[in-house]
Order: sequence, then C-alpha cells, then structure tokens
Amino acid sequence: MIDENAGTAAGTPTPWPGLILMSPAVTSCKNLIVGFLEWFGELGMFFWQVLRAAVTPPFEFREVYRQLDEIGSKSLPVVALAGGAIGVILSLEARQSLTRFGAKSMLPAAVVFAIMDETGPIITALVASGRLGAGIGAELASMKVTEQIDAIEASAVNPYRLLAAPRILACILMLPLLTLAADFSGLVMGWVTQTMAEPVSFYRFIHLGFKGATFHDLLPPTFKTAIFGLIIGLIACFQGMRTQGGAEGVGRAATSSVVLSSLFVIVADVVLVKAILILFP
Amino acid sequence: MDTTYQIATQPEDAKQDDSAPVVGLKDLHKSFGTQQVLKGISLTVGGGETLAVLGRSGSGKSVLLKLVIGLEKPDAGSVSIHGQDIAGLDLDRIGEVRKTMGFLFQHAALYDSLTVEQNVAFPLQHHKKEMSKSERSARVKELLAEVGMDGHLDKMPSDISGGMQKRVGLARALALEPDILLLDEPTAGLDPISAAEIDDLVLKLQKERHMASIVVTHDLHSAKTVADRLVLLYQGEIAIEGTFEELRHSDIEFVKEFLKDS
Repeated sequence: MIDENAGTAAGTPTPWPGLILMSPAVTSCKNLIVGFLEWFGELGMFFWQVLRAAVTPPFEFREVYRQLDEIGSKSLPVVALAGGAIGVILSLEARQSLTRFGAKSMLPAAVVFAIMDETGPIITALVASGRLGAGIGAELASMKVTEQIDAIEASAVNPYRLLAAPRILACILMLPLLTLAADFSGLVMGWVTQTMAEPVSFYRFIHLGFKGATFHDLLPPTFKTAIFGLIIGLIACFQGMRTQGGAEGVGRAATSSVVLSSLFVIVADVVLVKAILILFP
Repeated sequence: MDTTYQIATQPEDAKQDDSAPVVGLKDLHKSFGTQQVLKGISLTVGGGETLAVLGRSGSGKSVLLKLVIGLEKPDAGSVSIHGQDIAGLDLDRIGEVRKTMGFLFQHAALYDSLTVEQNVAFPLQHHKKEMSKSERSARVKELLAEVGMDGHLDKMPSDISGGMQKRVGLARALALEPDILLLDEPTAGLDPISAAEIDDLVLKLQKERHMASIVVTHDLHSAKTVADRLVLLYQGEIAIEGTFEELRHSDIEFVKEFLKDS
C-alpha cells in the first residue's frame, strides 16, 4: 500500500524536491486538461441532443427560414466586403512578386486559385465566426440568464429543436453560399485592381484565371465551409445555452463563442486541406 | 402501453378524485457543488389544492419548483406527476408531462423579442396546431382578458411594468389549460395593490379551474390568502407543514421567528 505521507514527515528527505516546487504548475495543468476534456464531453452531448432534436418531428421550418435570412442575407455585405478587400490585397501582392520573377501573365491564375482554394473559404469562415459567433452566443446567453430558455422548456417545447438546430443548420447551409459570394467579390476586386495598373477585360482575366482549373479546385474548398458552419453554429449555441451569471456571463459567452469557433475553424482547416489534397489530388 | 397516452388521460382521472396526489415528491436531494440545497424533501399536492412553500432566501424554494417541472434533475429521490416518475424521461417525453403544467417564473421570463400577444400565443402555436389563426387569436385575447391585460396585445415586454409582465406570464402559463400551476414568487417586487391583485387572480383561477398549485413565496400575506396548506423550508428540510393557523401556533423557534410579523 502506498503511504501518501511518505517523505513529508519532519526530518525525512523528500525523494524529489522538484515535484513539490512544480506541484502548483502540475495541478493547474491537470485542471486545464480536465476542464478541456469536460468541455469536449459536454459539447459532444449537446451535439447529440441537437442532432436528435433536428431529425425528429415536429420540425421548425419557420425558424430555419428565419435563421437562413438572419445568418445568410444579413452576413452577405460584410462577407462580400472582406472578400473584395482580399481580392485587392492578393492582386497587389501577387503583381509585385510575379513581376519580380517575370511571371506577370500568371497573375489572374494566382488570384483565382488563391481566392478559391483557401483565402475565400477561410476569410468567410473567420468573418462569419466573428459576426455569427458573437450574435448567436450573446442572443442565446441573454435568453438563458433571463430564464427565457427555461420558459421555452416549461412550455413543453424542446429548446434544442427550436433554438439550436435551426441556427446550426442555417450556418451549415449558408457558409458555402457566402463563400461563393466572397470568392466572386474577391475576383471582381482582383480584376479591378489589375485593370487599374494594366487594363485587361474581365472576360480575359477570368479566362486566364480559370485556365486549367477544374471543379475539384472549386467544389471541395467551397463545401468544406459547411463544416466550418457546423463548428461556428455548434460552438456559439453551446456557449450561449450553457451561460451562467448575468450580463457578465453574456459577455463571456459572446467572447468565448468567437474565440473558440475561430480557433476550431483554423484547426479544422488544417485537417480539411490535407484531406482535400489526398482525396482530390 | 404508450406513455404519451397514459399521461394524456391521467389528468382527467385526477380531476375526478381530489384526494389522489397530482404532484408527489419523495425524498428529494439536490446539491449545487458542495452546497446541499435540499435534503430529503417529501411532499404531495392533491387536485384542486394549493400548497405554499415558504422559506428564507436561498432555502431552495425555487429549486424545488424547477425539480417539479423537470428543469432541474434531483440527485436522489423521485418526482411524480399524475403518478408518472419524470426523472428518467427525455426532453420530448417530459414535454408531454409539461403540457399539463403551467409555470410562472419569478421575473415572468417573457420572450423579449415577441409582443405580449405572441408570448401568450407561443404554447398554443406549438401544441394546438389544429387551431386556426383566428381561433388562436381569440383564445389569446380571452386569456389576456382573464388577467386584465387585454388592452396591451401589441406591446413589447420591455414596455410594460413588472406586475403587468407577471400577469402576461400567468396568461401564458394558463394557455394550455394546465392541471398543475407552479408560481415562483408571484408577488415579489410588486407594490401591495398589484400583489393583492395577483393574489385575487390566483384565487379566482383556482376556483374556476380547480388546479393543483404550488406557490413559492416569502410573502406571508400572499401565502395566507391563496394557500390551503403551507410548508416551511429550513436548511434544506421541511421545518413544519400544515395550515397557516397550525404554523402560527408552532413552538419551533425558527417558525415563530419566521411568522412573527404575520
């Protein structure tokens, strides 16, 4: 049997004094890991509840429609603006680099591929995680701390079905469409930037840009944003619906929704990029 | 046998026999972290009976009410509604039980993005799908008239006073014609006139609808007015149970202290 007090009695040398010095750090590290695992476990259970509620009747079609509008059309201007800005930046940067290597004619292709393959999807997801993460997180957190979610449950309505499932579904459906909008806006602004330096028709820009491009270059990177949508919607709903502690809790939920969803979008992107490269070489 | 069918038919049975317990709590324990809030509470409430739960702030009164409707789960013990233990039920099955219950929250908990009318229509929209829009609208107006709020249909919850919000909350709680009414501090934060109006309203509803009610309060006057039986919680346990007069003549020091202003 292990004596827990061994080595701690007066006069007895400690077998590993460093362990005592490290113990606060070890304890906080242990708490961090346990806290993270607990959070993941609760997220998994939350996802299961939402999934079950989403696939069993009654279906909340009206709420899904409302969320498609809220999440989709209301995010469009900000996503298009971000996509356009990225198009300008890519065109300016690529022009300078490609001119240096004598490959200026590759500019349209560089802009098109950079936007479609990675920049469009990830910028859309990050902008969406900022707007939707904060919006959904704060809205649901505010409902939680004012007992409105309890009131929904008390009215015999499943809050996972009414609140979480429509928001997550709308995020999944809308992210690919928003990505296409950001891609288009980026291409147009990339062409505008190119034309201001060296006039070229939009048709020729697109023709040169998409020369050699296949559906594999467009579809997998666009549809991977559906997974980003799942991550954003799920984390924002989860953080919102588990909030505690008044106005401060609402603020914490909004912040953590944005930070965690952005972080997990980037981590998921690493995995998805590798998977796409393997599956669509 | 289908549980949904069982639950749907039981309220009718309960209405026929007032002595049958509609709500039964058995040896309920509930803790939050290291704080033990309830330590073995056992209670029953019969059809048409009103039970007032009294106690100091933080004595677990609201938790008790949330356990009855299944918003909290007990650590040990059981909660039965119309004889059905609700502890192990999932959200959809417990939803069937909740259709027989109305809950008035302490701060009314109205949906702040919906108007007064939409708030009261919410349970009807979700559970009375056979109702036409005009029928639903008429029913909402009827419910709001019952609580004296029929002139405020288009107002937002933020535009009405706390007392009015409670009235709307009460109308929403009554929308599905429940057999059990749970009221969490119905008169808290209200002026004496509004509080008396809410008490009168609760009494009127009990007479007309013959519901089993649990009223959580620390308003002694309200408890005396609306309740048939009272329970006083002390340190997570029932200190005393009985009529108001029985409580008033108790020799228990805490009970005497609690009721000294009555």
